[in-house]
Amino acid sequence: MKNRTFFWFILPTLSAMVLFIALPIVSVFIQSLHIEHEQVLVVSESCGPFGCEQTTEVDLEASAALREAQPLGRFNGFATYTNRAHLAFDEIAEAWRTTEDTGAFLRRVFDLPFYKALTFTLTYTAVVTPLVLVLGLAVAVGVNNLPKLLKGPTIFVSLLPFLVTPLVGSLILFWMVDGDGIIGATLQRLTGDPSLSLKASPTLTWIMLMTYGVWHTLPFSFIVFYAGLQTVPRDTLEAAKIDGASKWQSMRYVTVPHLVPLLTFVSLMLLMDNFRVFEPIVSFQSQAHATSLSWIIFNDLRESGNPLYGSAGATSMMTILGVVILLTPVLIRTWRDFNRKAH
Amino acid sequence: MTITTLDPSSSSAAARQMPSALTVISFLLVGLWLVIAAFPFLWTVWGSFKVQADFFSKADWTNALRGTNTIAETGSAFTLRGYEGAWVQEEFWRAALNSCIVVFFTVVISLTFGTLGGYALARSGKQYAFWLLMAALVFRAMPHITLVSGYLLPFFEWNVWGILPTTIIVLVAINQPFTLWMLHSFFLNIPKDMDESAMVDGCTRFQAFRHVIIPVMWPGVITTGLFSFLLAYNDFAVTSMLLSEKNETMIPAIASFLGTTQVEGNVMFAVAAVVSATAPLFVLIMFFQRQIVSGLTAGAVKG
Repeated sequence: MKNRTFFWFILPTLSAMVLFIALPIVSVFIQSLHIEHEQVLVVSESCGPFGCEQTTEVDLEASAALREAQPLGRFNGFATYTNRAHLAFDEIAEAWRTTEDTGAFLRRVFDLPFYKALTFTLTYTAVVTPLVLVLGLAVAVGVNNLPKLLKGPTIFVSLLPFLVTPLVGSLILFWMVDGDGIIGATLQRLTGDPSLSLKASPTLTWIMLMTYGVWHTLPFSFIVFYAGLQTVPRDTLEAAKIDGASKWQSMRYVTVPHLVPLLTFVSLMLLMDNFRVFEPIVSFQSQAHATSLSWIIFNDLRESGNPLYGSAGATSMMTILGVVILLTPVLIRTWRDFNRKAH
Repeated sequence: MTITTLDPSSSSAAARQMPSALTVISFLLVGLWLVIAAFPFLWTVWGSFKVQADFFSKADWTNALRGTNTIAETGSAFTLRGYEGAWVQEEFWRAALNSCIVVFFTVVISLTFGTLGGYALARSGKQYAFWLLMAALVFRAMPHITLVSGYLLPFFEWNVWGILPTTIIVLVAINQPFTLWMLHSFFLNIPKDMDESAMVDGCTRFQAFRHVIIPVMWPGVITTGLFSFLLAYNDFAVTSMLLSEKNETMIPAIASFLGTTQVEGNVMFAVAAVVSATAPLFVLIMFFQRQIVSGLTAGAVKG
């Protein structure tokens, strides 16, 4: 295709992506270097019979005018990145100096908002992704053995948790595990502890969120693996059977190797989606025990009346960096493949 | 495979016994998964026609099935109070209407941009086409909320915050990386010879696209469209931050319901709204199951 023609074909989509994805990243970066204006203070002196008294007041008008003139705020350099709400260098150094053992030090660190969110996001990604891969494969093999008549309805039901709006799906589960909901109330009865609340304990909150994650994304790996199973060469399976391989062995040595290329694709998709976990935290209102990187950005922007653009920007930049790190192996591999094809 | 004689000393018989055990386990697993997948939906749909005391019944969960309190409060085992409260009292229809507008325009514009771009990428083969696809992959992986923090300030400054067109354009842009990848791999499967022979016959590139490619591209476009629909319909991060209360779509409306109705003890409004918002997805899966499955696997199978 000629460069000129290519240009005209790609123009609409490229301009949409440049204007609303590439430039916003630049804008986020610039924002992250600025911080909200301080209030303009006026010091006035009022003198009475017993001497003069100085009072400091916020000049609302001047503050508003300043915000109007420079909506970005004042330049702050990389200070936002290192403050308490983000990388918190000072607090970590302080914790390192004052705590006795590693456990206490780590506890101090995980109390800092950014590290708390980062820990949850990474744990969530690291736990949910492999679980979904294994369980998805198991369900796919199971469905593959079903009579033909049942396959269609099974896939229909399986698609529901995946395609349902994440906010809505997590709300549905949240209402069920509520203290008065069916699962919550049943658990209370089973454990004999009427005050048991899945929302009150950090561990249970984490387990609940990850269960939601598995429930929500399992269908994706199931569907892809199921499609892969349809293309396993029949001849090889037959040959394995004739050679005396048990079903388990032919699964282990024929089917699974055939699915390995799919595995890369599925895990890439799952990693990307799990890393941006966000809606369940809103639905489960779990911010006291579990937050994610996406959620703290949302929270900064939500600060009603006075959004913290600088703070949100800094977290956003670090999240984007995280995504790039996560994707690097894939990018390098694709680059090699592309070169091999080209030459 | 039917084995009637059991001979423990024969290893082959033992090996052939394995499948039945495996099959039973896999049946159980699938059964368990189906219950886990479907039960929350069945439970919530059924419960949305009850009163709160039944849906959240600490004393006895069968209340929600039989509707004991619903009968006591309304005289019948099923009530539309939740739906009435959501759609009439809280004006959920406004949000539904906004959702329709946003989703419709997002899908149409995304597909138009995406087909043109995806076609160009599939036919180019130049280095820069590869780099564009890689950039799109990175963009696809970025959490949407990171971009939203970049939009807010400029949108406030230009006075375009809170209105539907802004949100539509943003959703179109966020949708592009995915649409491009999907349609690109789809166009790769349409033989090059088709449009190139048209060009040998004297068509320009665009005429070849218009007369040769467009007539055969619909299966791929429909599949991609379904996913664009889902992205726009399911979005919370963008719509909740970029739309004013008046222009809210369904998902942020449900989220803001939670704040207001929980206080007033009207959780059932939110339950009814949640069921209403899920119903269209249910219908969508029913009619387009095959396309959705093929779309999910397209990226995997074609590389």
